[in-house]
Amino acid sequence: MITMENVCKSYRIAKRNAGLAEAFRALFQKEYEEIHALKNISFTIRDGEMVGYIGPNGAGKSSTIKILSGILTPDSGQVTVDGRRLWNSHGGQPLRKHDRCSRIEHVRQIGVVFGQRSQLWWDVPVIDSFELLKDIYSISDSLYHNNLEELTELLNLGELLKTPTRQLSLGQRMRCEIAASLLHSPKILFLDEPTIGLDAVSKLAVRDFIKQLNQKHGTTVILTTHDMQDIEALASRIILIGKGQILMDGTLEDIRQGGENMDETLAELYRSYEI
Amino acid sequence: MKKYFSFFRLRLVTGLQYRTAALTGVITQFFWGFMNIMVFHAFYKADPSAYPMTMEATAAYVWLQQAFLSFFGAWIEGEILYTISSGDLAYELCRPIHIYDMWFARSVASRLSKAILRCVPILVVAVFLPRGYGLGLPVSFPAFLCFLVSLTMGLLVMVALNMLVYGSCLYTISADGMRVLFASLSDFLAGQVIPLPFFPEKVQRILELNPWASMGNVPFRIYGGDLAGSEMLQAMVLQALWLVILAAAGRLLFAGGEKRTVIQGG
Repeated sequence: MITMENVCKSYRIAKRNAGLAEAFRALFQKEYEEIHALKNISFTIRDGEMVGYIGPNGAGKSSTIKILSGILTPDSGQVTVDGRRLWNSHGGQPLRKHDRCSRIEHVRQIGVVFGQRSQLWWDVPVIDSFELLKDIYSISDSLYHNNLEELTELLNLGELLKTPTRQLSLGQRMRCEIAASLLHSPKILFLDEPTIGLDAVSKLAVRDFIKQLNQKHGTTVILTTHDMQDIEALASRIILIGKGQILMDGTLEDIRQGGENMDETLAELYRSYEI
Repeated sequence: MKKYFSFFRLRLVTGLQYRTAALTGVITQFFWGFMNIMVFHAFYKADPSAYPMTMEATAAYVWLQQAFLSFFGAWIEGEILYTISSGDLAYELCRPIHIYDMWFARSVASRLSKAILRCVPILVVAVFLPRGYGLGLPVSFPAFLCFLVSLTMGLLVMVALNMLVYGSCLYTISADGMRVLFASLSDFLAGQVIPLPFFPEKVQRILELNPWASMGNVPFRIYGGDLAGSEMLQAMVLQALWLVILAAAGRLLFAGGEKRTVIQGG
């Protein structure tokens, strides 16, 4: 189970106008703007749920995923994942070290795919990266071989494993990325735009796979995407976020009310919330 | 421990793939080594009594330096800096490993893989060159063992110093400033341009205390017999001391850096 309570995060962004004089002035006096990426975000996700986390660009989706995966420190709020308390607690007071789950303990139990980044070693065959992950997560031989066999079959990896990452197409690479995140059988999988830039065939393959994973292993999946077909195919629950706040938490039907075309409905929804 | 060794191994294997880079490296280093030795010979002929090392020790210094250039070269691992500036660090933070240890293992492996490919041809040829121009045998067997120990420690000191540059990059995003500063200081202070004994004595005494002098300076001089006895022991203790200090400082820097790191962009 995942709970987030009143989580806030803000960034400081340096701003200046165009021009040489402005750039020179900024050398001495920098102006910052405080951007509130997350404002009091709270939600609970039960085990085995598939949640689509959607919102326009810059809404705070990635920030949420980064906080949940333990790589970004929120300013305040409580985060608990499967009973593990991450980050600080009440009133912004830091939790004492032994009350808090360390990054390393936490990340051992989760899988993450960042669609826009790569975790595979660029110049060596994919299987080398997998072997490294086996050691990093201390995966036992039998579990590793079972998982690898299953993932190879479901994601149709086969020959890809022997190919250096740099020579894979984006779709092929994404399938390998997803497999890499699941070698250690995590109970929770965070997918940050897993279908970005993929062709129709690869998209379908990735969706089918995620669905099967959830049904067979009961893996909790949290998915951010801009592709409404991803959401239609996968998410039983949708959380809509905009300007750092949760605007809606419901099912696909709640969004569908407007009409059949999901993209238009969503754009309409964004406009109605002025985000 | 095993996971860090795996990192080490994979980086080593990756590094061993780049054969053409190694070949061109070997050729460059041959020429550079010859040029250096010619220059030192000219100095030696001008006034042998004012010459601070023996010619044999100087030649050994130059060839070892060329063979193990990748151990003590002032470069910073571009891969790791790219991981930080591109945000791929996000993935590294998602792993149950200590970033410091992982990058340490990775840097050692990368320098080692370069040296493995380059050192053999250089050493083999250098051994067969005439006396005073080539690489003689080590002065004694114990000295050779000390050379190996000191060479290893030197490599670790270098990587520990590199780690401080990576660590500072967790705070500043762009590492260009640190990189240039590090590169220009490093070669000079480490005796990569000219061996430290060639500096004026007072300057030399100060230079020998800085961490850069705890890299190639010590093993290369042990090999040729320029550094021996209690002086050698002192230098090796100083190496160990720097290693401990730099590694501790690096871990502190990383502990702070990991917390305040923000992976930018979607």
